[in-house]
Amino acid sequence: MTATALVQTAALGKRAVVRTGRQPANVIFPLIFPMLLFAVNAGGLKAETRLPGFPTDSFVAFALAVPFVQGALLATINANVEFARDIQTGFLNRLALTPVRGIVLLFGQLGGLVTIAVVQAVFYLAVGLAFGVRLQSGIGGAAMLLLLETCIALAFASLGSWAALRTGSTEAVQGLFPVFFVFLFLSSMNIPRNLIEADWFRWVATVNPVSYLIEAVRALVITGWDWQTIGLGFAVAAALSAVGFALATHALWNRLERT
Amino acid sequence: MEPPRENSIEAHGLVREFKRGPRAVDGIDLRVDPGEIYGFLGPNGAGKSTTVHMLTTLLPPTAGTATVAGYDVVKEGPSVRKAIGAALQEAALDPFLTGREHLRLQTTMHGITGEERRERIDELLTRVGLTEAADRKVKGYSGGMKRRLDLALALVHRPRILFLDEPTTGLDVQSRTALWVEVGRLAKEEGVTVFLTTQYLEEADVLADRVGIIDHGRIVAEGTTEQLKAEIACSTVEAVPANPDQRGALVSVLERFGEQTTGYGPGSIAVQLTSSDGNLAEIVRALDAEGVVLSQLQIHEPTLDDVFLAKTGRHLEGAGDEEEQDSEQKLEPARA
Repeated sequence: MTATALVQTAALGKRAVVRTGRQPANVIFPLIFPMLLFAVNAGGLKAETRLPGFPTDSFVAFALAVPFVQGALLATINANVEFARDIQTGFLNRLALTPVRGIVLLFGQLGGLVTIAVVQAVFYLAVGLAFGVRLQSGIGGAAMLLLLETCIALAFASLGSWAALRTGSTEAVQGLFPVFFVFLFLSSMNIPRNLIEADWFRWVATVNPVSYLIEAVRALVITGWDWQTIGLGFAVAAALSAVGFALATHALWNRLERT
Repeated sequence: MEPPRENSIEAHGLVREFKRGPRAVDGIDLRVDPGEIYGFLGPNGAGKSTTVHMLTTLLPPTAGTATVAGYDVVKEGPSVRKAIGAALQEAALDPFLTGREHLRLQTTMHGITGEERRERIDELLTRVGLTEAADRKVKGYSGGMKRRLDLALALVHRPRILFLDEPTTGLDVQSRTALWVEVGRLAKEEGVTVFLTTQYLEEADVLADRVGIIDHGRIVAEGTTEQLKAEIACSTVEAVPANPDQRGALVSVLERFGEQTTGYGPGSIAVQLTSSDGNLAEIVRALDAEGVVLSQLQIHEPTLDDVFLAKTGRHLEGAGDEEEQDSEQKLEPARA
């Protein structure tokens, strides 16, 4: 990528961040909602820690992984709704009329979205630490957690961008919200997979990629440097990003019919 | 280094078909000379915006060829985009960014940075009269301010050719006039070639050096406004009978002087005179002789609307709306 393309990507990413920052609903909701769910789960399900084989005696620490994935989802939906609005209003056409390369438009959008998700992740981490959670992986683990969050956000962001570019409809992107949430709730978000009694649920949680994202974050919080789980989380995030990016790039070429 | 190419626009047999849709543009041939303001006039849905989208490389043509600034719109899209500026039909702005932030983003996309960028932004803000509002969010701008910002955005990289797609639609008279002045200045002082689509006759009349009239995707007339009006040559007489029972008598008298045409007002009878000599006195005498009493009598000099009427059989104003209504009515039986 050339220096000009990098500057253009940064400018587009900055625009995505500024636009989100100027809409209080898009800032407050992704910060508060995951924390509310976190508080409810941590309070209501803490008896789970008495189950034989439960990996920690702190359900707060166990549950802290969920806001990271949920926050990335919320950031994705909000930012990609705005992306779809750019298509509807013709803003994307305005950008397409400049010499900027198509891929830069996508990188800029994804870059802005990932930045927002990482800022949110810092907030979730701060709240977790304030509630007495101590990362078993230490300070280095916190850095790794933010890196993992970047990859998770990139995975969801690229899939969301694909939906925005494919449909050009804010409603269609908003429609992804419940779909993503089904994946979240059918994962190991509330209980380790090996402790799920219902066979069908354990099977669904096992084939659900979201489980591996949550488990990688959770490993950094409650286990430490469990490279296998962390590596699997990165691999799943990378695979989802690759699929999402390929789909989004294809949709971008179709959307921008420019010659 | 490649020598600079001519700032002209040329299209030959340009066609655009949409899936399951009509042929939006149906074989357009046109040439716009360097420094010229070309007015592309037509009703809603005539194919104006589709033509602009093809000439600005946003949409590939289904058939035909076009060059803009000497570059082929299909094969040399990036070169075309460097040479042109465009303000499309909707002023596509981000309501959460300020005017200055829009200009910063646009200059960055064009690879303009540093001191040059700051100077260019200040210059454009001054030129479009947005210096004071530059640091306000666009959601607080009026329609006129948005259009002026849109124009400034199209000019950040000093384009040689400017495409303006219905730039004054929805603007008040003051904002419209200010935009006309700026577009005129760009062409005269900076030699910018301007391709301007409009559905306003007055806009084409005031601004354009030459006008192309488009209907159903085809150019039905082209020339200077004077040439086009001269083609029509004769004035139109329009009258409204005081007593509706005398409508038949009025028609029979007026038809002695020309061919009946579509009137402007409700209940009026209009005739395009066959002779270019002013024979209003003769018409009045004939009507008097037949005892026809009028409530209104007007003589219209040829306008671009008359040209449109002569070429298409419809008035320009509302032609697009009529078509939309027609197509809805045609769909009714299918729905039933």
